[in-house]
Amino acid sequence: MKPAPFRYVAAYSLDHALALKAEHGDEARFLAGGQSLLAAMNFRLAQPAFLIDINPLRDLDYVRRGGSVVRIGALTRYRTLQRDPVVANHQALLAEALPHVAHPQIRNRGTLAGNLAHADPASELPAVVLAVGGKLCARSVKGERWIAVKDFFTGPLSTALDAEEMLAEIELPDLPARTGVCFLEVARRRGDYAMIGVAATLTVDAGGTCVAARLTYCNAGGTPVSASAAAKALVGRRISEKAIGEAAAAAMREIEPPGNVHASSDFQRHLAGVLTRRALAKAHTRAMSAA
Amino acid sequence: MSDERHRVATTVNGTRHQRDVDGRLLLSDFLRHVLGLTGTRVGCEHGVCGACTIQYDGLPVRSCLMLAVQADGHEIATVEGLAGKDGTLHPLQQALRDTHGLQCGFCTAGILMTMTAFLAEHPKPTEPDIREALSGNLCRCTGYQHIVEAVTLAASRMGGRR
Repeated sequence: MKPAPFRYVAAYSLDHALALKAEHGDEARFLAGGQSLLAAMNFRLAQPAFLIDINPLRDLDYVRRGGSVVRIGALTRYRTLQRDPVVANHQALLAEALPHVAHPQIRNRGTLAGNLAHADPASELPAVVLAVGGKLCARSVKGERWIAVKDFFTGPLSTALDAEEMLAEIELPDLPARTGVCFLEVARRRGDYAMIGVAATLTVDAGGTCVAARLTYCNAGGTPVSASAAAKALVGRRISEKAIGEAAAAAMREIEPPGNVHASSDFQRHLAGVLTRRALAKAHTRAMSAA
Repeated sequence: MSDERHRVATTVNGTRHQRDVDGRLLLSDFLRHVLGLTGTRVGCEHGVCGACTIQYDGLPVRSCLMLAVQADGHEIATVEGLAGKDGTLHPLQQALRDTHGLQCGFCTAGILMTMTAFLAEHPKPTEPDIREALSGNLCRCTGYQHIVEAVTLAASRMGGRR
């Protein structure tokens, strides 16, 4: 239960951190909040030869409003996001999901960027960012490139980041007018990984007809999972109990939760149906009151 | 590669310490083994149980999920710093004692470091707030009820003071 030996370097600038990553590639990991990485290192599930601590890089810790997006830095902690008015006002889904992420002590250290780069499919925030449809900025010594979130998660603990890249910024677009959101999960104990969690967004027109919807799930597969067919079937319909029930049933069929020690695949699927119904109903109410 | 030592200059409970440590030394082990501050307990070592909770620049964190080198230039508070120099207990320590808020005591240091920071931020907490704040600290003895009572009692005795 102690980390295997590694070389530790505290980065003194972003360029320094990126140069080290370029030099050491897959052997090196960035240390942001460390709330997943150090736990994995204590178990020796992760044994990086090189740890690049970016905690000294305070200018990576920000939430910025720009145009119709919110920009979040590589070192922005959950605690900051939970208290930031920009997040509260413009990213309601993220704001609603954050209290479900672990415990206050973990949220005092953990970062959104670290969470996404860690890419645990059981974690809440990859599903949230997938539902919002963000863009992720990967930086390396060669420059930067933007990755759409739908292309970012490639498997359990795997992302589209190259060995020399850092997830340097997360860009979350504002949701359209008349959009309601909802995040719900069921966990055995408060703060545990959810047995299943759902993020829903629902946009209606002035007459109350659905014009866009998204349903994403955590702990429902090897990556955050989108039930896009179920969500798409809502478009063009007036949202009713029947429409919501059909969408939930379709989502249950569409996702393939793997099952684990806490919940069988069937039970996860059942929970997904229940939570999808509740989340869509709540998102609909919110969309109508936002109109 | 583990031979590389790192200088750590940190303040723990108001006292400056300077040591050279391995990069892989956990902050929890630094406190216990290097500084001898064994009030901080080590339970699960993967961030679940909360026994190792300390305050890092005033905020409760898991000391098993931080490296000792990360304490360099930062302020640490542990359970040893809560009571006054004359032995007067912190109001929350006194309240835990008065309400039977501990049995074996293994979780207590972590709970104190979590909940004293919580009370500083929430001088008049509701019971649901207290339970939410406590969610990251496991206690296998008490069933939590007496801990919740202790926090409520401490808040009222502190009279909204931070």
